[in-house]
Amino acid sequence: MESLSNKRKVLEVKPLNFLERAYLPAIMGGLATTMKHFFKKPVTISYPEEKREFSENFRGMHSLKRDENGKERCTACGLCALSCPAEAITMTAAERKPGEENLYREEKYAAVYEINMLRCIFCGLCEEACPKEAIYLDGDIVPTDYLRKDFIYGKDKLVEAPLNQ
Amino acid sequence: METTDLIFRIVLIVIIFAISLVVAMYSTYAERKVAAFFQDRIGPNRAGPWGILQPLADGGKMFLKEEIIPTNATPFLFIVGPSLAILTACIGSAVIPWGQAIVIGGHTFDLQVTDINVGILYIFGVVSLGVYGIMIGGWASNNKYSLLGAIRAASQNISYEISMGLSIIALLMLTGTLSLKEIAEQQHGFAWNVWRQPLGFVLFLVCAFAETNRSPFDLPECETELVGGYHTEYSSMKLGFYLFAEYINMFISSAVMATLYWGGYNYPGMDWVAAHVGPTIAPIIGVVVFFGKIFFSIFFFMWVRWTIPRFRYDQLMDLGWKVLIPLAIANIVLTGVITTLLN
Ligand code: SF4
Ligand code: SF4
Repeated sequence: MESLSNKRKVLEVKPLNFLERAYLPAIMGGLATTMKHFFKKPVTISYPEEKREFSENFRGMHSLKRDENGKERCTACGLCALSCPAEAITMTAAERKPGEENLYREEKYAAVYEINMLRCIFCGLCEEACPKEAIYLDGDIVPTDYLRKDFIYGKDKLVEAPLNQ
Repeated sequence: METTDLIFRIVLIVIIFAISLVVAMYSTYAERKVAAFFQDRIGPNRAGPWGILQPLADGGKMFLKEEIIPTNATPFLFIVGPSLAILTACIGSAVIPWGQAIVIGGHTFDLQVTDINVGILYIFGVVSLGVYGIMIGGWASNNKYSLLGAIRAASQNISYEISMGLSIIALLMLTGTLSLKEIAEQQHGFAWNVWRQPLGFVLFLVCAFAETNRSPFDLPECETELVGGYHTEYSSMKLGFYLFAEYINMFISSAVMATLYWGGYNYPGMDWVAAHVGPTIAPIIGVVVFFGKIFFSIFFFMWVRWTIPRFRYDQLMDLGWKVLIPLAIANIVLTGVITTLLN
């Protein structure tokens, strides 16, 4: 059949000549190739000691942001939890009491905010969903741990450090 | 036999046993490091500096694993299998001449456990026993995959033993002796047998790969076809024994190869060295040279493993029966003709 793309290439299968059938020259060639690699610099990056630079849009551990006055931005609207395909986020909302204005920006805030790092797939949809620009995946790689319960990160690990520190 | 002689013998046996085990242990580490270097990686480097404690960690892990004997296996044979494998691997070292006779405080000691005059036959006997460990283990597991692996191992070893034997015959026609000690002595200086028997050496090398079940002839193990291989049902240290036996085999066959073809403990200029350092130090240098050859040969085993893809089973049989055996016979004829013409 006529080829439409004109890319077809007819290969002819030549019978192997004696040297090729004797294997040994080809094996020598292979040994030389591997020997060349023996002296090459390893490409391994020894992870905890050495780190590769992250790309600009790397998505790592989440952090809950504060605004320019150091107040928590999150208003516990739950949109991040709703958008999360892995159902990794839960939270409990609370009302801001008089006198707490310097802590929370909105009248409602998240008293408890938990992300299960074992469930999270670091898709970044929570970041996209947030109307308050309160959550960003701008942290490092989530560290390992021994127990499942230790992978549920609360506000103590997620909220940014206060400004005046 | 004198008492000093006897004590020396016993010490020698213990030392050789320990050396074989340590070399086998560190071969596992070397294998992983060498593989890593060939693939532009670093390899194990966490246990101790440069990872040199890795074999100990692996051994400890092996001991701590659960010991399983399947219900339908034959318990006695199931345990005999790996024991036999490691036993036959270890006893091969008895006839290898590690060095020239050494003089310590006026006494002369042979650096060889026993010099039986049929050393090569002994080696062959031990090598062919080696397959029983695999055979029995695979059969006693009562698992069809293990059995298939064991059958592969058995038929492969039997096929390649023939060409191995034939390639040795050509060598024996030149040496005129079966004693490994005399063969090593004949290659004094640089008169190594490999110069006189290049084809025989290549044949022997290929067969050695097949006998030790090393890649590209590692057909008895195959994750894709056989789940594991003859050791599918094995766990814990019983599995460790099988894996360990492979490395000891590699060490012993490297030693045999070095003795038969690469001059054993002989090296060019050894007479000059012996005249200058005396009869105690010179044999020790010889032993070091011998071990250098062995280690290079072990490295070569690994080098090949990480270079060449394995054969298909029919190709393996084709190579053994249709290529190596005719070549070995041709080698015998050639050797005979040339020696007759030269005389
Ligand atoms: S990154 Fe994705 S999976 Fe992780 S918490 Fe956010 S929305 Fe859920
Ligand atoms: S992080 Fe953003 S989306 Fe999630 S609850 Fe807080 S304000 Fe709403």
